[in-house]
Amino acid sequence: MVAVRPAQATDLPAISALDARLTGASKPDYWRDRLALGLHFLVAETDKGAFAGFIAGEVRAWEFGQPPAGWVFAVQIDPKLRLKGAGSALFEALVGRFKAEGVTRVRTLVDRKDHMILSFFRAQGMVAGPSLQLDKELP
Amino acid sequence: MKLQTATRLGLYATLELARDPAQTLSSADLAERFGVSTHHLAKVLRTLAAAGLVHAERGASGGYRFTGNRRRVTLMDIVALFEPAPGHRAKEPGEDTAIGASLQRVLQEIDEIAEATLRSVSLETLLGSSHVG
Repeated sequence: MVAVRPAQATDLPAISALDARLTGASKPDYWRDRLALGLHFLVAETDKGAFAGFIAGEVRAWEFGQPPAGWVFAVQIDPKLRLKGAGSALFEALVGRFKAEGVTRVRTLVDRKDHMILSFFRAQGMVAGPSLQLDKELP
Repeated sequence: MKLQTATRLGLYATLELARDPAQTLSSADLAERFGVSTHHLAKVLRTLAAAGLVHAERGASGGYRFTGNRRRVTLMDIVALFEPAPGHRAKEPGEDTAIGASLQRVLQEIDEIAEATLRSVSLETLLGSSHVG
């Protein structure tokens, strides 16, 4: 069983360390700024109080011309504590907060080669959205 | 996206058996359910069995049973058994030209998106969303 609660400044070292371990890029300032911005930032703990992971998102209106929707910016779960429902619990808690703000749609952007995170969002019932992301390498 | 008949039958058979891993269905049962020939389906089931996704039970109540992991097996795992792997097909005439290469990049983009989609949908996710699991 996991418990979900709002992230606090004291969680930042654990959040930053987990993200650095999973992405290979350390960015403590980014996570400190994100938390300070007041977006929905939640952490999951095991019943023994161990940090299991986090999720961050916020409701944004008219991004890329789209009506208000809840955006999931990041979700990371400690690899040792996966498949215990922490990711789903965080997602459900975040979606609950989005709904409380009156939106009826949740969206995210995922690396199409990251099949694990794609599968996670699919398992939450998410499907391809109306937008296609386009990129160009600048010379 | 157009899938070969064998791929479609492989998906149908695996999903039908994965709905209830305790059930055993004969190739005739499955063929009747999908309105296809038993002969065609039997070949598909042999491929699925060789991949370890289903197991053939012998005897009077024989047939096939799902033996994979619903949460781990994705649609791509089944598609890959029957369709040529992207990038492993023979070169076609014209691909060496500048236009051919540009066109190839667009087609590869489509293949990558299709593969990412198929790889992200587990049998569990699909059965859950179709309300038949």
